[in-house]
Amino acid sequence: MNNAPPIHHVDVGGKSPPLLRVRRLRKHFPLKGELFRPRKVVRAVDDIEFEVLKGETLGVVGESGCGKSTTARLLMQLTPADGGEFLFDGQVIGGRELPLKEFRRQAQIVFQDSFASLNPRLTVLDSISFGPQVHGVSSAEARKLAQDLLDRVGLDPVRFGGRYPHELSGGQRQRVNIARALALNPRLVVLDEAVSALDKSVEAQVLNLLQDLKQSFGLTYVFISHDLNVVRYMSDRVMVMYLGEVVEIGDSESLFANPRHPYTAALLSSIPSMDPDQRTEVPALSGDPPNPINPPPGCRFHPRCAHASAICHQAVPALTSVSLHHRVACHLHIRGSGHPQAPIG
Amino acid sequence: MSTHVAATPLQAAASSGYWRTVLRRLGRDPVTVGAAVVILLLLLLALLGSHITPADPYASSILKRLKPIGFAGHPLGTDELGRDMLTRLMVGSRLSLFMGITPVLLAFSIGSFLGILAGYRGGLLNTLIMRTIDVFYAFPSVLLAIALSGALGAGITNSLISLTIVFIPPIARVAESVTTQIRNREFVDAARASGASGFRIVRVHVLGNVLSPIFVYATSLIAVSMILASGLSFLGLGVKPPEPEWGLMLNTLRTAIYVQPWVAALPGVMIFITSIAFNLFSDGLRNAMEIRS
Amino acid sequence: MLNYLLQRLIYTLPIMLGVSIVCFALVHLAPGDPLVSILPPDASAELQAKLRELYGFDRSYPEQFLAWVGRALQGDLGNSIASGRPVAQEVFKAVGNTLRLAIFATIIGFFLGSLFGFVAGYFQHSWIDRFASMLSVLGVSVPHYWLGMVLVIIFSSQLMWLPPGGAGPGGSGDWQWNLEYMRHLVLPALTMSVIPMGIIARTVRALVGDILHQEFIIGLRAKGMTNLGIFLHVVKNAAPTALAVMGLQLGYLLGGSILIETVFSWPGTGFLLNSAIFQRDLPLLQGTILILAMFFVLLNLIVDIIQTLLDPRIARS
Repeated sequence: MNNAPPIHHVDVGGKSPPLLRVRRLRKHFPLKGELFRPRKVVRAVDDIEFEVLKGETLGVVGESGCGKSTTARLLMQLTPADGGEFLFDGQVIGGRELPLKEFRRQAQIVFQDSFASLNPRLTVLDSISFGPQVHGVSSAEARKLAQDLLDRVGLDPVRFGGRYPHELSGGQRQRVNIARALALNPRLVVLDEAVSALDKSVEAQVLNLLQDLKQSFGLTYVFISHDLNVVRYMSDRVMVMYLGEVVEIGDSESLFANPRHPYTAALLSSIPSMDPDQRTEVPALSGDPPNPINPPPGCRFHPRCAHASAICHQAVPALTSVSLHHRVACHLHIRGSGHPQAPIG
Repeated sequence: MSTHVAATPLQAAASSGYWRTVLRRLGRDPVTVGAAVVILLLLLLALLGSHITPADPYASSILKRLKPIGFAGHPLGTDELGRDMLTRLMVGSRLSLFMGITPVLLAFSIGSFLGILAGYRGGLLNTLIMRTIDVFYAFPSVLLAIALSGALGAGITNSLISLTIVFIPPIARVAESVTTQIRNREFVDAARASGASGFRIVRVHVLGNVLSPIFVYATSLIAVSMILASGLSFLGLGVKPPEPEWGLMLNTLRTAIYVQPWVAALPGVMIFITSIAFNLFSDGLRNAMEIRS
Repeated sequence: MLNYLLQRLIYTLPIMLGVSIVCFALVHLAPGDPLVSILPPDASAELQAKLRELYGFDRSYPEQFLAWVGRALQGDLGNSIASGRPVAQEVFKAVGNTLRLAIFATIIGFFLGSLFGFVAGYFQHSWIDRFASMLSVLGVSVPHYWLGMVLVIIFSSQLMWLPPGGAGPGGSGDWQWNLEYMRHLVLPALTMSVIPMGIIARTVRALVGDILHQEFIIGLRAKGMTNLGIFLHVVKNAAPTALAVMGLQLGYLLGGSILIETVFSWPGTGFLLNSAIFQRDLPLLQGTILILAMFFVLLNLIVDIIQTLLDPRIARS
C-alpha cells in the first residue's frame, strides 16, 4: 500500500512534456565592492538551460564552484534568480496558474548537512509535520502522517518520533529529512549532495531507500553530487556543469560510455579504476581550477582543454544536440563551428 | 520494502528536554545556586518587605538622627531624618529592584523585536534599523542615560524610559546577530521551501532558537541597570525623596559620611550584593547553556 | 586593507551626523521653556521675545539644528547661560581634568586587570583562576560611586591620608604636576579604575586561556620553545584585543565620569554636565554631550584602526 499523504497533485501536461523546464537561468553574485573600482561579480550560473523529464532521475555533476548547488537553490526559489524562466509542468512558477505556495507543495529539497537541515529545538515528528500544517492539514492528521512517513523511511516512529536531531546519527537524520521532504507528497525532489556527508555503508542504505521511495511515490529526482559512481548508479540522465554553464547533458549510460565534451571525458577518466593494471599516469585535467569571477572568454573550458583551437577562444559554444536527448556545448561537435576537427556542416 | 534502522543503546536512553539539561547543569554549580537563592530572597523582600518591617519607613524623628549601627531599637541605625535604616533598606529593595529589572525587561522585548525583524528580513530594513541603533550605540551608556534623564526630568517613569532606551541597542544587536546566523541555516531554508510565511517561520523556527541567547545576554545587563538606576537617583535624576531607594539614600546620606560613615555606606552594600548576585547568576546561566552537544 | 580603513572612516560620518541629531533632539525634547532659567519670572513679553530671538528659540527645529551644526563646525558652541562664557572653552577645560583622571584610571585598571587576567588564564581552572575571577566579578559588580564614598570614608575621614575631593588645593585651578595635586588624583583614579579592571581582567583571562589551548602551542612546546618564549608569544597574540578593550574603556570612562566626579567634586566634564542639567543650561548641556559623544566615536574609530593595523586579519573578514 502506498502511504501517500492526503494531498494529491494533478498531472497537468500529460506524459511527454518535461516536469521542469529551465531556460536562460542566470545568477550573478556581486562581491563586496572596493572604492573607486567597478564591482566584481561571481557568475555562479550563467544562462543555463535544461529540462527534467517526468519520472526520471537527472544527475547533476561538476567540480566545486560550478554552480550545482546554486542551481538547486534557484530551482527551489530559495534564492531569487537574476534572469530566466521556470516552467513546472508547463506552468510558470509564481504565475497565475501556479502560485508559489502551490509550487512549494510539489517540489522539495534535501540538503547535504543533515544536522543543519533540522531545527534543533523541534522533535523529529514536529519537524516532519510542519510542512503539512502550513498547507492546512490538522495537527493530529499531520502527526499521523509524520509517523507513517518515519516508518516508511525505516525509522520506528515510537522510538524516534520524540527525539531531537542531536540524538540521531547522520544517516538517521537524513532519513528524517527525506521523510520531511515527502510529507507534502511532492512530485519533484531535489537532492543536493544528500548522501555526500554519510559513511559509505549508510550511504548505500539511503540510496536504496531513495530508489524505493521513487518507485512507491512516483517521484522525479534531481540528484546533485560530485561522486560520479553514485550519480551513475542513480541517474537516468546526467547533466555536467562547468563554471556556471551546462557543458553536456544526456542519457546516463551513453554519456558515461561515450562522453563527448572534453571536460566530461576528463572527469570520467579521473575515477580511479578498481583494476590494478590500469594505472592513472597523466592527470586528466591540467591548469588551474576555474575562477568564476573572471571566466575565460569564449568556451570557458578552453584553458584546460587538450583540443582547444582558435575558435574556442573567441566564440561561446551553444548547447547543441548531437543525438536524441544528448546535447553538448563544444565546438568539436558543432557542425560548421570553425573548429578544425568539427564535422563540416 | 523498508529497511528498519536499529536504535543503538546510546540513543535508546530517554530523550531529554533542552531546559531540563540546563536546569540540571545550573544546579551543579554551588556559586550559581547561591546567587539564585540571594536573588530569590531579594525578590521576596521586594514583594513582601513593607509587610514585615519593624518600623515605618517614612517616620522621621529629629532626636534620633544618624544613630549608629546597633542603637537601641534601630539595629542598623537611622538616617539623616531619623528614619530607621533597616526598614528603609528593606522597603528600598522594591524600588531599586524594580528600577533595575524593568528597563531590561522592556528593552528585551523591544530590542528582540527590532533585532529579529532586522535579522530575518535583512536588506534595506536591516540597514535602516541597525544603523539607527548604531547611532545610539555610539554614546557611552552612562552618558546617554544621564542625558536622557536630564532632558526628560527626574522621576521614576522618566528614568525607566531613559534606561530602557539605553539598553535597547545592545540587546537589538545581539538579537540581530543571532537571528542572522539562524536564518542562514538550512532548516530555515527547508521551512521556506515548504511554503510557510515569514511570520510562521519566525514563530516556529526562529524564536525558539534565538530567544534564549538573547535572554542570557539580557540577564547580564540587570546588574548594570541596577547600578545605573541607583546612580541616577544618586544624582537626583531618578526617584524623588522621600521614597526609599538605595541610590537616593546614598545621595541624601552623603554628607553624613563624616558623622556616621558606616550607616551612610549601608545602601551601597545592598546594591553591591544585589549586583554580585545577578552577575554570578547570569555567568552561571551562560555557562550552563553554552556547552551543548 | 587601506580599502577597509577608508570604508571605516567614511562610515563614521553618518554616525557623527546621527549623534549630533540625537544630541540636539535630546536637549530640545526637554519639557519646559528654555528661557525660564535666564529670565526673571516677571519679565515682560517683549523682553521674552527679544531673548527668544537672540538665542534662536523662535525658529523651527531643523533651522535651529542646522544653525547649531554650522556654528559648531567653526568651533562656536554658544555661550553658557549660567556663566556667560563660551561653551567650548568651558568644556575643553573640563575635558582636560577628566582626561587626566580617566587616563590614570585606565592605566591602573589595565595593568592590574591584565595581571589578574593573565594569571587566571595561565592557571585556568585552578584556585588562582577562581580567585582572580571572583575579584573581577567584584570589580564589575561594585557600584563605583559607592566605592568612592567608602574610600573617602577610609582614607579621608578616618585615616586622613588623602583629601576627600577637588582637583587641587586651589579648587579647580590650573593643574600642576606636583605631589599636592597628585594626592587629589589618587582616590578618584583608584575608584574609577575598578571598572576597566574588572572588564580587562575578564577579557585577558579569556584570551590567554584561548591562546594557550590552541593546538599550535603544543607544537611550539614540542619544538622546545622555552616558557619565556611562549609567554611572549601569548602576549603578542593577546595584545591587540586587550589594547582595544582598554581604548574602549577609556572612551567609556570619559563619557561616564559624571558619577565619580560628583562624589569627588572633580571639576571635569561630568561635573559640568551635572551643573548644566540642574541649571537647565541648554547650550552648555548640548555642547558637553556633543563633545563627549564625538570623543567616544573618534576613540572607537582610532581603536578600530589600530586594531586593524596590528591584526590585518580583521580587514580581510
